[in-house]
Amino acid sequence: MGKAKKEMDLLTVSALKKKRKGKIEFLYILPFVLLVAVFSYYPLWGWIYAFFDYKPPAPLEMKNFVGLKWFKYMIDDPVKVKEVLGVIRNTFAMSGISLLFSWFPMIFAVFLNEIKCVPFKKFVQTVTTLPNFISWILVYSVAFSVLSSTGAVNQILQSLGVLDKPKLFLQSSDHVYFTQWLWLTWKNAGWAAIMYIAAITGIDEELNEAARIDGASRMQIIRHITLPSILPTYFVLLMLNIANFLSNGMEQYLMFYNAFNKERIRVLDLYVYQLAFGGTGLYSLSTAISILKSVVSVTLLAVTNKVSKLIRGEGFI
Amino acid sequence: MADNNMIQEPVMHIDDDAPKKKELSERQLEKLAAKRKGPKYKTSLGDKLISVITYIVYSFFAFVCVYPVYYIFINTISSNDLSQRGKILFYPQEVHFNNYKQVMKLPGLLHAFEISLLRTVIGTIFTVITAAFLGYMFTRETLWKKKLWYRFIVATMYFNAGIIPWYLTMNNLGLINNFWVYILPMMVQPFYIVLCKTFVESVPKELQEAAEIDGAGTLRIFWSIIRPVIKPILATIAVFAAVNQWNAFQDTLLLVTDDKLHTLQYKLWNYINSASSLKAAISSVGSSASAQQALAQSATTTSVRMTVTIIVITPIILVYPFFQRYFTKGIMIGAVKG
Repeated sequence: MGKAKKEMDLLTVSALKKKRKGKIEFLYILPFVLLVAVFSYYPLWGWIYAFFDYKPPAPLEMKNFVGLKWFKYMIDDPVKVKEVLGVIRNTFAMSGISLLFSWFPMIFAVFLNEIKCVPFKKFVQTVTTLPNFISWILVYSVAFSVLSSTGAVNQILQSLGVLDKPKLFLQSSDHVYFTQWLWLTWKNAGWAAIMYIAAITGIDEELNEAARIDGASRMQIIRHITLPSILPTYFVLLMLNIANFLSNGMEQYLMFYNAFNKERIRVLDLYVYQLAFGGTGLYSLSTAISILKSVVSVTLLAVTNKVSKLIRGEGFI
Repeated sequence: MADNNMIQEPVMHIDDDAPKKKELSERQLEKLAAKRKGPKYKTSLGDKLISVITYIVYSFFAFVCVYPVYYIFINTISSNDLSQRGKILFYPQEVHFNNYKQVMKLPGLLHAFEISLLRTVIGTIFTVITAAFLGYMFTRETLWKKKLWYRFIVATMYFNAGIIPWYLTMNNLGLINNFWVYILPMMVQPFYIVLCKTFVESVPKELQEAAEIDGAGTLRIFWSIIRPVIKPILATIAVFAAVNQWNAFQDTLLLVTDDKLHTLQYKLWNYINSASSLKAAISSVGSSASAQQALAQSATTTSVRMTVTIIVITPIILVYPFFQRYFTKGIMIGAVKG
């Protein structure tokens, strides 16, 4: 009897000790939790600025409360409506083209894997991945240098007789969506391919071997073995892309932005930035659009996650 | 259907493979075929054609990625006069290094380099230690409300308040024009924490338990047991964090107006965007070159832009080949997690 009680006591003592230890451990992570609270959650408070007429030096006052004015402004003011619609069109076009060509890194990986000369394969993989690690400013600087009137592209095209006078590729409103996609691909494709290369490496070699012995050609192996094995990876990435449909990021477009292409290159993220910091001082409007964008993005994420769960049996969040 | 194809068609290939092989006498194809590894099996004409096209297309991809950077580099070390006229395309001419010497003298550029370096080093250390520690702490069963705090942190990956609230927050915290704006907001990175947690979970629990029996506390276990074991993943995270810090631009753009805190990336952006301020900066440097050298070696807006570009890009290129395997490892672990 007594022995059992003693054991019980020991158990509760150790449970209490554990609890105390857990609290102390919480104190260790508290500073980090606070950092997250301050830098990620506290800014959400700033959303109330969308419901005020905010003029920066003056503090926020109840008399400046305007309710949903800025949300209505987007659909009532004809000039703004046109502007916002243009921005939405650009965002949809840029993201749409990306989705349309989202198979490119996969195909890139599949055929890269077909190269049997290992040093060449390694070399290609290394140099095509590198652009992912340089900033958009550098990408723009590279574009600026190569495409300027005395740059390499103009010089080479002229000496080949394709162009008779220099063409200013960057100062142009033609094919903005497509050229921006090209730059995005230049920067990202090699990196995006790594995931697929990994998936291909995971394919059971015996499967390929068996197919070869049966006399399958390379294209047949690709079609019937390689592609089906990496499609799940493609699907996950596609879902993530759809979830990020509205978030093109602003750096790329801010870099390439100029007077010639501004009507086509201004995507949502860039527009929000320009409203706030572009000298117009429409801080509240900028915040209102941010809010709408966040709401739509989170919804998209939830939906795509659900779709992924339905189809694959697991989500990606 | 599909299975049928796979079995029947190839038989045909093998049948007419032999005669075609003789027809195809191009040396390149032979070489490619010879290089193929693995057990011997016959390759059809179609397969060889694919090989050749693959090599051509990938050579083109590699060229497109390498050439622009190479082009800029040879222009920075060639005669500025020839470079201005677009004569430097494939190899450097009249090599000189004056551009690099002069760029170093541009007001504030060396300082910007220091700021970039400082934020990269300090930022990386802080981010990595945070990721390692939190990744470990979130595997501790004893931690009070473990799941809640983990979700609290990971959820931040999926939302963003927007630019104005971000600016106002930083303003309220007194971080505008403050060096720590480069470090503190980047410290807790949920994705890295998830990576570390996954890695720590793969470490045998017995290791920790044994240490606990020997009387080691939570922090002691982290430092003496966990930290050495998870070094590979920390290296990966360090590389990612360092590249992000080196490339970071938006925080400078939005939150820093003080010239003393501008980073190299921001300077370059300035140089590209406003030719006038760049010209002023160049004239303040003056030309140390003698009269006959002047045209070929004195700095121009283009030469300065290109030279700064090379300076900003070099650390990445130098570091990249050594760390490539870490990059790959990082994306793989991320993929496993989804």
